[in-house]
Amino acid sequence: MIRVAVVVFAILAVLPLLGLPDYFMHLGIATMLIALSCTGWALMGRFGLVSFGHGAFIGIAAYTMALLWNDVGLSPWIGLPAGVSLAVAAAALLAYPCFRLRVVGHYFALVTLAAGEIVRILIVALRDYTGGSLGMTPRLAPDHAVAAMQFGKQGFWWIALIAWGIGIFAWWRIDRSMSARALSAIGEDEDAAAAIGIRVTREKMAITLLSAGLAALGGALGAQYRLYLNPETLAGIGVSLQIVFGALAGGMYSMLGPTVGAAFTTALEEVLRVAFGTAFIGAAPLIYGILLVLFIQFLPRGIVGWFDRRR
Amino acid sequence: MDPFLLEAIVNGILLGGVFALPVLGLNLVFGVVDVVWLCYAELVMVGMYCVWFLYTQAGFPLALAFLVCLPVVGLLGLLLHQVVVRPLLNSPPITQVLATGGVIFVLQGSAMLAFGTDFRSLGVEMPPIEVEDIFISGTKLVAFVAALLGAGALWTFLKFTYVGTAIRAIARDREVMPLMGVDPKRIYMVASAIGGGLAGLAACLLVVQLDVHPYIGLSFGPITFMICVMGGLGNMLGGFLAAFLMGVIVSTGGFWWNTEMSYVVAFACFIVVMFARPRGLFAR
Repeated sequence: MIRVAVVVFAILAVLPLLGLPDYFMHLGIATMLIALSCTGWALMGRFGLVSFGHGAFIGIAAYTMALLWNDVGLSPWIGLPAGVSLAVAAAALLAYPCFRLRVVGHYFALVTLAAGEIVRILIVALRDYTGGSLGMTPRLAPDHAVAAMQFGKQGFWWIALIAWGIGIFAWWRIDRSMSARALSAIGEDEDAAAAIGIRVTREKMAITLLSAGLAALGGALGAQYRLYLNPETLAGIGVSLQIVFGALAGGMYSMLGPTVGAAFTTALEEVLRVAFGTAFIGAAPLIYGILLVLFIQFLPRGIVGWFDRRR
Repeated sequence: MDPFLLEAIVNGILLGGVFALPVLGLNLVFGVVDVVWLCYAELVMVGMYCVWFLYTQAGFPLALAFLVCLPVVGLLGLLLHQVVVRPLLNSPPITQVLATGGVIFVLQGSAMLAFGTDFRSLGVEMPPIEVEDIFISGTKLVAFVAALLGAGALWTFLKFTYVGTAIRAIARDREVMPLMGVDPKRIYMVASAIGGGLAGLAACLLVVQLDVHPYIGLSFGPITFMICVMGGLGNMLGGFLAAFLMGVIVSTGGFWWNTEMSYVVAFACFIVVMFARPRGLFAR
């Protein structure tokens, strides 16, 4: 699988040099960044740690980065790591008591859902700083585009590609480490895992923080790329579910599954948007929802999982 | 006591009554079928559109519109179970939850296609009632009483009928009951239909208080799930009590800060409660 990933990476790295149309470049960047978030989510999701709150981490990272730039004048090159760090800290704050006190399964999913909603509502409520539901735009700096991380499509393509590569690399390393074995054991039976000497809380914390960090990186870069932040698209249930669906559609048990899923859901949304435009408002989410349900019913291991099984 | 604070507390209790119905419905379905309907608030939304359409467009009397709404949403619950949940009964919980999550988009999309994205109001308002120094909204009071009646009816059904007893038995032990001659498939269908019906009843009570639009489910869906978990998933009484607790937290939070912050406080309270009682406030 890693060979496939390296080949994909190499092909993607030279694509921007071919002078492809802007529209294609835009979809590619958006897909890579969502793919990173989905990969991050699946990193913990595949071990039975199902979070419905990854939107919270994305929201924290994106808004920290944008507010530092707009209000303090700190470049996103510093603001992005700061935002991601803050998101990881929030994840630790949420996950540590969850894991220590054995909040698992449905309960864990719904606690994380609550966290996502808290961040979304906070962003809306702090509208004096964040612009509330209207969203906010990072200040444009045409003279210092590089320092402000405001590149054109080509530059951002490579940034997105590198970020995505980090996610895939993290997955590959984890898969080859003892942690993956430990986490599979924990996913099967926590008590048994603890009994054979696995430090359950520690392993779960590590994967959760990594997962939250990668998801936050993808989301915050997406906001920086679009130069527009909105609580509905960066925090809360909507974005959390979008990430989960992407991972699930592609297959959360294989390295490239979440990426394939992100490409699939992005393409689907785009096709529906173009097909219906503003003619039948509602037809797009309707078809999207039906396809998702069918997918879950007939391809429970996702697109990649289906191919894997047939091989 | 400050009359405004008192008013906030009374309003919170009234609000809790409205939260209680969807919480009971979700708990019933979870207790019996062991699936969380992530799209429950969207079922309520469909019910609200149903009442709105029958009353303002088709010219039904309001009471008749309410009466039609219950079985319509009940049928929708049954349909949801048969079409979406049933094929996934042996799948991991995550797939079941996400399948019902996909239904959120289906229902929102259908509502948008049928009625557009405008806010639709029923245009029914009852005069506020003044007790001592505080004002109580008449519509909220009626909704509260109706919610209690609905909860009472559900309790009576579960306690005193044969099917109700079978439902409680299945919720207690899924493996043994089939041996006792109870057909789980039928019980699942009954529970899903009742779960849908409760969403329909909640819709009737909400549509007189709120304007309906395709995304309205998102405004009370999350808090409904949180109340369920706070009371203990599948625990009817726990959920019922937690609904009032959450109602008062939201309402008094709105008194001290503002509506948005009150939800932040309520969700934060929920997370803290989960840390203190990971199986719910009223777990045995």
